[in-house]
Formats: sequence, C-alpha cells, structure tokens
Amino acid sequence: MSAVPMEYYLILSAFMFCVGVAGVLIRRNAIVVFMSIELMLNSANLTLVTFSSYLGNSIGQVFVFFVMTVAAAEAAVGLAIIIAIFRNKLTVNIDAINIFKW
Amino acid sequence: MNIQLILFFVLAAIAAVTSVMVITRKNAVLSAVFLVLNFFALAGLYLLLNAQFIAVVQVIVYAGAIMVLFLFVLMLLNTETEHGLFVDKRGIKFFAILISAFVFVQLAFLIFKGNPSRTLTADEAASINAGTIQTIGHHLYTDYIIPFEVAGFLLLAATIGALVLAKKKFE
Repeated sequence: MSAVPMEYYLILSAFMFCVGVAGVLIRRNAIVVFMSIELMLNSANLTLVTFSSYLGNSIGQVFVFFVMTVAAAEAAVGLAIIIAIFRNKLTVNIDAINIFKW
Repeated sequence: MNIQLILFFVLAAIAAVTSVMVITRKNAVLSAVFLVLNFFALAGLYLLLNAQFIAVVQVIVYAGAIMVLFLFVLMLLNTETEHGLFVDKRGIKFFAILISAFVFVQLAFLIFKGNPSRTLTADEAASINAGTIQTIGHHLYTDYIIPFEVAGFLLLAATIGALVLAKKKFE
C-alpha cells in the first residue's frame, strides 16, 4: 500500500470533485447535473477511504457507507422530482425550469 | 514500478478520463455509461486501498442500483440531446470552468503543502483489518447503531417520497 503515495489519491479525488463542480455549472440537462453531483459525492468517498486506509482506522469507511445511503435516497427522490417536472413542463432543461427565479 | 503503482495509474487514468467524458458528452445516455465506467474504476481503487467491503458496495449500489435508476429515467423521459457545450452562454461557461480549475489548483496546492504521507505511516495489517466487512459491521452495529437505524428510516422515507412525487396526479 505504501507503494502509492497518499497524495496521488487525494489529487485524483480533487480532480474528480472539480470536474463535478464544472459539470453542475456548465450542463443544462438536469439529469446530467445529477450525475455530476454523484461524481462529487464519489470523490468525497475516495478521500474518506484513502484516509481511512492510510490511518488503519475503519470509521472513515463506515462514514462512506452512510454517504452511499444518502446518495441513493437523494438519487431516488431527485429523479422522481425530475419526472414530476418533466410531466408538467415537458423539458428537463434547467434554463426552462425557472419558476422560482425572482 | 511495482504492480500497485501501475494499477493505480491505470485505474486513476480511467477514472479521470471518464469523469471528464461524463460532463462533455452531448447525449445523456453516453454520460451515464461513462459514469458507470468511472464507478468501476473507483471500485478498483478501493480494492487497491484494502477497502474490500466499500469496493463491493460501490459496484452493487452505485454501478448497479443508482445507475439503473438513472438509465430508466433517461429511457422514460427520452430527452433531446443538447446542442453542444459552447454554443450558448459561452462567457458564463468559460467562467465556470475557470472557477473549477482555480479550485483544483488550490486543492492541489494544499494537498502537496500538507504532505500527509509524511506524517501518516500506517502498517499494512491495520489497513487490511480496517477494510474487512467484519470490522465495519462491528462498528455499524455497536458504535453507530442509531445512525444505522436512521439510515434505514431515511431509505424508507425516500422510497415513499419518490412514489408520491412520481405518481400520475400532480395537481
């Protein structure tokens, strides 16, 4: 394990997080925005597992378990919301969904 | 170059490239497929980090359940493909990419400056022990039993919420 320096994992995780941020900001399809959020959650998971493994402490992996639970719940409810919006407005383009915009 | 380093570079390259592919493909189905690839690469990285349980759960929950949900919704909605990334609102999108690149530079600077591998010198045995399902299950059912129950309740609430939201009548 010590063959791979810890920084490599953290850099990969930071890169994936920033790609997720860019995806949320530049994409207009609500489902792809959701995928970018999953990308960010996964990069946070990678950081947690990295530290957990290098510390030899499994609490980080327990936390990853809870993050996965919340991500599953979030995906289910979020996609249901997207379906409901699509039924009303016939689009998932987030530029067209601006009824809350003042 | 030992085998772990080679495996890490291969898996990290797959994860990085597929994560960029997810946000640049015009067709949302292609994005979903690249996201599945990304999850598999992450599962491989978890195995490399001696986190067996998390690797298996990653494949089952993320690459299995969540992505099937995504693909089902994509199939149901049959959305039109986007026109391309930089046809409209070029300024805002360029600025967004600039901001995320800036955040990445900051994070990379902090990671290299912090130099965590200088202080953390865990032995292999402790790391392997931390990743086993036995250790994680022991923590889940003793120290974290209340969060565990709350997580179960959250999943129940999410199921009911998804059913209510996606129901036909929405007036």
